[in-house]
Amino acid sequence: MKYAFLATAVLGLGIGGNALAAEPVKIGMVTTLSTKAGYLGEDIRDGFKLAMEMEGGKLGGIPVELMVDDDGLQPDKGVQIADRYMKRDGVKIMTGIVFSNVAMAVVPKVVRNDVIYISPNAGPSPLAGKLCDPNYFNVAWQNDNLHEAAGQYATDAGYGNLYILAPNYPAGKDALTGFKRYYKGKLAGEVYTKLDQSDYSAELAALRAANPDAVFFFLPGGMGINFLKQYAQAGLNQRIPLLGPAFSFDERLLGAVGDAAVGVMNGSQWTHDLDNAANQEFVAAFHKAYGRTPTLYASQGYDAARLLASALKQVNGDLSDLNALRAAIRKADFTSVRGAFKFGTNQHPVQDIYIREVVKTADGKYTNVTRKKVFTNHVDAYAAECKM
Amino acid sequence: MLLFIEQLLNGLQLGVMLFLLSAGLTLVFGIMRVINLAHGSLYMVGAYIAATAFQYTGSFLLALMAALPVAAVVGMIVEMVVLRRLYERDHLDQVLATFGLILFFNELTRIIWGRQPLFMDVPKWLSSTVEIIPGAPYPSYRLAIILVGMLVAVFLYLLLTRTRLGMQIRAGASNREMVAALGVNINLLNTLVFGLGALLAGLAGAMAGPILAVESGMGESILILTFVVIVIGGIGSIRGALIGALLVGLVETLGGYLLPELLRLFLPPAMADGAGASLASMAVYILMAAVLIWRPRGLFPAHG
Amino acid sequence: MLKLLTQRRLLVLSSGLLILLLLPVVALAIGDPYLVTLFTRIVIFALAAVSLDLIVGFGGMVSLGHTAFFGMGAYVVGIFAFHLQDGSPFASWPFVLDGSDNALLVWPSAILLSGLMAAVIGALSLRTTGMQFIMITLAFAQMLYYFFISLEVYGGDDGISMWSRSQLPTLNLGNDTQFYYLCLTLLLLFLFFSWRLVESRFGRVIRGARENNLRMHSLGFPTYRYQLVCFIIAGAGAGLAGALMANQSEFVSPNLLHWTQSGEILIMVLLGGMGTLFGPILGAAVLLLMEEILAAYTEHWLVFLGPFLILVVLFAKHGLYGLLVGQEVNRD
Repeated sequence: MKYAFLATAVLGLGIGGNALAAEPVKIGMVTTLSTKAGYLGEDIRDGFKLAMEMEGGKLGGIPVELMVDDDGLQPDKGVQIADRYMKRDGVKIMTGIVFSNVAMAVVPKVVRNDVIYISPNAGPSPLAGKLCDPNYFNVAWQNDNLHEAAGQYATDAGYGNLYILAPNYPAGKDALTGFKRYYKGKLAGEVYTKLDQSDYSAELAALRAANPDAVFFFLPGGMGINFLKQYAQAGLNQRIPLLGPAFSFDERLLGAVGDAAVGVMNGSQWTHDLDNAANQEFVAAFHKAYGRTPTLYASQGYDAARLLASALKQVNGDLSDLNALRAAIRKADFTSVRGAFKFGTNQHPVQDIYIREVVKTADGKYTNVTRKKVFTNHVDAYAAECKM
Repeated sequence: MLLFIEQLLNGLQLGVMLFLLSAGLTLVFGIMRVINLAHGSLYMVGAYIAATAFQYTGSFLLALMAALPVAAVVGMIVEMVVLRRLYERDHLDQVLATFGLILFFNELTRIIWGRQPLFMDVPKWLSSTVEIIPGAPYPSYRLAIILVGMLVAVFLYLLLTRTRLGMQIRAGASNREMVAALGVNINLLNTLVFGLGALLAGLAGAMAGPILAVESGMGESILILTFVVIVIGGIGSIRGALIGALLVGLVETLGGYLLPELLRLFLPPAMADGAGASLASMAVYILMAAVLIWRPRGLFPAHG
Repeated sequence: MLKLLTQRRLLVLSSGLLILLLLPVVALAIGDPYLVTLFTRIVIFALAAVSLDLIVGFGGMVSLGHTAFFGMGAYVVGIFAFHLQDGSPFASWPFVLDGSDNALLVWPSAILLSGLMAAVIGALSLRTTGMQFIMITLAFAQMLYYFFISLEVYGGDDGISMWSRSQLPTLNLGNDTQFYYLCLTLLLLFLFFSWRLVESRFGRVIRGARENNLRMHSLGFPTYRYQLVCFIIAGAGAGLAGALMANQSEFVSPNLLHWTQSGEILIMVLLGGMGTLFGPILGAAVLLLMEEILAAYTEHWLVFLGPFLILVVLFAKHGLYGLLVGQEVNRD
């Protein structure tokens, strides 16, 4: 045993010495590539990679090596991959997780081990509040944010009687809580559906009977597609407007929903038509590289990489001083594709959030158009709970 | 009351979809004694082929015409390459090999069609709603599904009771060796029955395309319900599959609507909604466990 | 079964044991501490697979709901940890029960509760056989899965994130190497216990019931009771594995109870060779290593894993263990 320890010590020194010389900075990306939700992770990865490729494999002038692994939407698999990054590859920077349940398993564990984690998608409330950590940064949103925007929009639009529904799991509960935080009218119904439910005919029948002014729903992934199609088939889309968060209306999902989604108002911090130079450059480059319109997930992956690039540049690729690296990230000295961006006290975004509308384009495709800014410099509801 | 009748229709429609899947599965099990977890994959194949054909032709009927034979052929290939070797094995081997098939088919669709879901729409001539009950417009496409399901049930009944093939299938279900000894080509019979089951699964998948997201892994959520159906109905029995499918369809649909109402009678509303929602998720499994405890071989066991 | 330890079998078993014993030393020597984490996972899943082999391989009871007990064990650890972090008591009636991370209290509770759960599920499920048994065990696991999803207090679908592993006197379980050896010890103990069990009169009744339940019954053996006890032991074993798993990942979620996890543990049993007790350990190692290695080469690794499973089923009738020891493993 003694010899073994000695050997590791020697090996460890050897590796440490090399790192300073020319070793690229390792970035570990735990993300979801398989399962039904695989396209989300694919877009985050592609957005992140695009930022690297635009710099010729570097970020902020520092050579980086990106490792990507599929968590299969299983929290324990995510933990296992993160363990491998930390223990085998000595990774100090991680990113990539799509889903809150995986994030809740991985993030508390890696930040305890002094790994910097930059979230490009999931923003569960505990991590923004009680469990916030100096090593955890969220470059997307806190989970409630986009629902809050839809709630504010419903209030502004003067809807007085709303029907709201979400799946029966924590993110679903957070969604409706977030919505209600800014929606001031009455509720015609508040319904929790089964997770992974595919048929919504029962809910639609009850909804029709309740006859609300509008419907707010949060049903990520395939659930949202099913709901939208069935909503249209029941003839409801002509009568009762729909509101939602951007998650069910990204450009890749819209293609699978078709006309049924046209006219839905949804809350988002980013859209491909946002008028700023960084965004135009990103959208054009993404189109060129992958032949499709970027989704908001891609924009978040891209922003995560650009944020990291700004920080790596400031510390000149030296990860040994964690305080300096954290301070550099906290500055958020990069031009986000969504325009103004800075971190709040809990290291979550303080940003503008918009309402956009799903439209059919001249060439028969479906996309989103930004309609209205709902929030300016929006701060999430849990920032006060964070003691850092 | 109006709402209740509408929910009944919804339950009926889900039941019909489940019947299309479970009829094939239960026939396959009845004759070959093989558990085929990959039945859901054939449903997925049907949906993917239909959605692709729909994208190119824009015609729902052409999409259906493409999906049915492809699903049947894929099913027969699976039977000849993999399942045929598993007839004499125990259920465990069958479960695992077909589990392997699920992984393979799911990933293959991801490779061929990419990760995002595909689009498929209802045909124009079925996109309206019908006021079958005054005051509650009901999607005509869903009524069409119910109709197709009933036609399939009648077709299967006639096939099994009135035709030579049906006779052989029934005979094969009760005594395999005897049928083989009487000179029936049992291998061919197996492949045909499997193809028929796959065709029905493909039909269900193609018809689900316009209602549900066409995506990799779509077969699993309905697969488990299908197994629940045939176990409740009694394995190998078409009649059991029909009754079981309708029962499961109704419980699944009405549970979410009735259980919270029921619990509100003796619980505070917030608690009733929460408990109701979780009970509704478990309802079909509770139903199955209850049926099996009461009648361990299901409602209509096929063999004595 | 093991009375005739052929030389070859002895060689296979002792080299397997040697690999498991020396692994942390080797891992540290080559500077890859992740191997210890990976093998801890393998050992834990091996424990679950061995417990499943007791009922599947020896009892002929094919359960597709084994994760119910695995998940139950994990949740007991998670819930105790949750209340410790939260400072709220777990129960205030009939006596006050506070949260805890004391392994001597928490782990036996996990085993006990999983065993209890197995007693209830087993008592009801064993009324059926064959395909119905597969489905009813699946049904119970699904019920539990949805139950934990709806448990809002304990994070629902998000699960419970633990601050640290359980505490044991003199050992530091936070140390990966010590935790690994503890898991390995528990696996070997359970293996020894299972081996004694299947070799005993009890084991012969269980195997007899698998071959011909009616005959055993008419010989005067209350086979239902024997099978139930076997089911409970397997459930308790899976509960222990679950408790270890919760400690390993310091996280518990309903995902542990998903039916595909049950399928995965079944695959380990079959891959290694069912009814061999040692096979499932090999099965766990090969499956988890293959996932790890294939995933490193291609993101579409499942397209290779699927056919691999089919090939194993078709051609390695007695699993990899059967291939290794080179002869038909006599399952009786």
